[in-house]
Amino acid sequence: MGKNGTGKKKKRHKNREILLVSYFFVFLFLGMMTYICVYVYQNQEVMINNSYNAGQQILVAQNRRGSIMARGGEVLAETITQADGSEIRRYPYDSLFSHVVGYSTKGKTGIEDKMNYYLIQSNAPLNEKMDNGMKDRKNPGDNVYTTLDVKMQEAANRALGIYEGAIVASDPKTGEVLAMVSKPDFNPNEISEIWEEVLEDDESGLLLNRASQGLYPPGSTFKIVTALEYIHENPSTYTDYSFTCNGSIKIDGSRIQCYHGTNHGKVDFERSFAKSCNTSFANMGTKVDRSSFDKTLDKLLFGKALPFDLESSVSTVKVKQDMTAEEQMQIAIGQGETLVTPLHMNLITCAIANDGILQQPYVVDHVENSNGAVLKRFSSPGTTEMMTQQEAYILQGLMREVVETGTATRLQGCPYTAAGKTGSAEYNSDRDSHAWFTGYAPAEDPQICVTVIIEGAGSGGDYAVPIARRVFDAYFDAADGEN
Amino acid sequence: MAIYTYESFSVFRFREEKRRKGIYTRQVILLFFVHFTCFLTICIKTGELQYLFFYAFQQLAVFAALVLFELCYPAVNRLILHNMCMLLVIGFVTLTRLDMRLAVRQFVIVLMSMAVAMAIPYVMRRLKDLKNYSWLYALVGTLPLLTVLLLGNTTYGSKLSYSIFGISFQPSEFIKIVFVFFIASALYKSAGLLQVAYVTAVAGSHVLLLVASRDLGSALIFFVVYVLMVFLATRNFWYLLLGVGGGCGASVIAYRLFRHVQVRVQAWKDPWSVIDGEGYQITQSLFSLGRGGLFGLGLFQGAPGDIPKVERDFIFSAVSEEMGLIVALCVIMVSLSCFIMFMNISMRLKDRFYQLAAFGMGILYIFQVFLTIGGDTKFIPLTGVTLPLVSYGGSSIMTTLIMFSIIEGLYIIRQDEGAVNVKKKSKAAGGRQKAGRTEAERAGEGEGDKNEESPFGEEWDGKEKETP
Repeated sequence: MGKNGTGKKKKRHKNREILLVSYFFVFLFLGMMTYICVYVYQNQEVMINNSYNAGQQILVAQNRRGSIMARGGEVLAETITQADGSEIRRYPYDSLFSHVVGYSTKGKTGIEDKMNYYLIQSNAPLNEKMDNGMKDRKNPGDNVYTTLDVKMQEAANRALGIYEGAIVASDPKTGEVLAMVSKPDFNPNEISEIWEEVLEDDESGLLLNRASQGLYPPGSTFKIVTALEYIHENPSTYTDYSFTCNGSIKIDGSRIQCYHGTNHGKVDFERSFAKSCNTSFANMGTKVDRSSFDKTLDKLLFGKALPFDLESSVSTVKVKQDMTAEEQMQIAIGQGETLVTPLHMNLITCAIANDGILQQPYVVDHVENSNGAVLKRFSSPGTTEMMTQQEAYILQGLMREVVETGTATRLQGCPYTAAGKTGSAEYNSDRDSHAWFTGYAPAEDPQICVTVIIEGAGSGGDYAVPIARRVFDAYFDAADGEN
Repeated sequence: MAIYTYESFSVFRFREEKRRKGIYTRQVILLFFVHFTCFLTICIKTGELQYLFFYAFQQLAVFAALVLFELCYPAVNRLILHNMCMLLVIGFVTLTRLDMRLAVRQFVIVLMSMAVAMAIPYVMRRLKDLKNYSWLYALVGTLPLLTVLLLGNTTYGSKLSYSIFGISFQPSEFIKIVFVFFIASALYKSAGLLQVAYVTAVAGSHVLLLVASRDLGSALIFFVVYVLMVFLATRNFWYLLLGVGGGCGASVIAYRLFRHVQVRVQAWKDPWSVIDGEGYQITQSLFSLGRGGLFGLGLFQGAPGDIPKVERDFIFSAVSEEMGLIVALCVIMVSLSCFIMFMNISMRLKDRFYQLAAFGMGILYIFQVFLTIGGDTKFIPLTGVTLPLVSYGGSSIMTTLIMFSIIEGLYIIRQDEGAVNVKKKSKAAGGRQKAGRTEAERAGEGEGDKNEESPFGEEWDGKEKETP
């Protein structure tokens, strides 16, 4: 193509117009051909995954669906060809990975859905494919390796027990998701049998991955955000903050109460956070600048799609220019119309633990062909700066204090040091609340971030913290075992 | 089995590439080889022998066309002839795979058209005063369009055709040729303001009639042909600018006025959001392209039938899916090589009228190819025109065949011209011939018409290397 320049020299003046038009069309076509190649190459994955594409069926008929593995190589999902030639998809861990791995009959969810493109392809060696072709056998599909840790998943699942709720555990430094549990769960091996039942039951939300799709009022865990905004606006004077808590606050006729009406007395900034003093934070909420708050929320990914492979919901906070004092106070303590996903809370915690930078999460590590050759590696899709390093340091200190002297004292006396924030989010007028905890450990060198929500259990300090502790324990036990 | 088909496909695809450089006989052999392999695959895949019979007929017809053309007109341009047959063969194969019934109909139409086309170069040599009937062309051009507008059958919201004795015609196809002749005859002597105004008025009425019958794709083709031919005739860049500007303005107005233009632009900008409705066709076409990959899924292995109207507007996607992107790009390049040859012939023609006519046909052809392939691949919004020679469509294929034979006729006329001024020409073309020869030698081409390749020789080579 590079020779066109010399071609032009031979241009005869007489036929300049014809040559011009010819060259125009030649270039147009070269452009079009390049475009076609580039377009097809770039969009192949998206197109094959589209349910309107008949190509899927063609691949499914040729290849046996690949397996999904945990980080240790344990099989989470595999396809088995039975004696009569029919295929079944088997999930050896039954309900343990039900939401995150998902299912592939009756539609597709979770990793089964997102990695469908790779699972239905086969990059088996050519001689093996040829052999299979001769014997009329299907080719083995490519296998997907996840970042999920079976031990962590089991620990989280056991810790959550009979409660409904969700747990997310991830590595703040790499963005790897280690465990993702959502309850109630289901057994994907029996999805066909329970399908009718599931469809009729629209209350429990059995198929919903609460960890990434469940939207909950954040309650006091949102005070992390309010505190960040206050520090952001008053970087040098926030330590001078002081407030006297009488158990409740009343501004413009609306009243905010501390949890169970507790009277916290005179509190400074650190104490307000550690004791999760609603009235103090409501007071703070009326003082922050709204447009600045808006920007902070924006940086923290509120109202935006989370950078994550699997389906996730968008968290929302409604900050308007003309808000009543009540709305301001409600937002500051994470009540009102504010809704977040446990995954999102986990990401904010990760960013704090990682000195302000969010290493975006991922759950699929790499894809291998049936012979174990790596075809494609995935890593964290990127980083997002959620806050400055300085602000992250301050929040780390605040969260450490929550464990030391505040609402998460049940995390004391462990072989590791933890930091975090509790929350008790009221979700109805009867003052029933979801128990939250989001935190990380070790405080000096964070390796794991855990976010827990338990639906309707009560206070975060009493219910969510012990569960988070079991997850931390499992992580550090395993780490000790390795050393 | 699948692997075998796959391998056999990739092998002959690569050889088909080389075909372009090779001697013409090798072209013919490869043409037959491609044809044969495709039908062999079809037979093996379906296990039905009727395809073999059909193939035999096709083979005979193509062979007859090649031999007869060469016998009747020894001076025929074989590159265009071979390209034409190649595209026809690809069309036959794809149509056979899509719908046997359509393929047979197509075959019959092609036979008839071939018979007509065969006579054209002869007639053209005799009719020396073709250039003097501009008013007749104008009349012949506009009247059928008017008839269609008033009496035509409506398909997909556009009035395109009308039926005589149960056979439906799409006059806009035939009129394309008449239109080119009209502009050429009106402008060949001089291209003063008066002539241009006259042409503009008639061309405008063509375009408006087409717009009124909602055949916007054809209207666009007519318009582009008009602008470029006026540009060539006047050698005035202002007309080109004016034309391009007017075209842009007209598109904006068309976009405002016609809902189905809006729909198509929308489907082009973001087909995924309207995949259930307006975007269905284009997304299916893109899927088809994507499924094929470089080597294709193999005949009868894909699902091109999912694309609505695949046999007409989306034949390119069907080719690409089952025979692979490489073949599809070959189709593009074969079309492009036809165009370049057209332009070459046009450049060599001394007679201004013939030159304009050849140029016009070239634009007509290549722009239509561009519209359909660009539309299929989401490069430009979909216009719904056929891929000449490959797509199913009686009027379209007949027109294109006639057009190709007119070009052949012009080529022969050019050689007659050449015979008169042998000395003059060889002198003028001396430098070019030299360049052309080195090019040809490098490509291993020992014989054939060298000087016709010359100005584009370099490009040829560049393109050949691009695909494999």
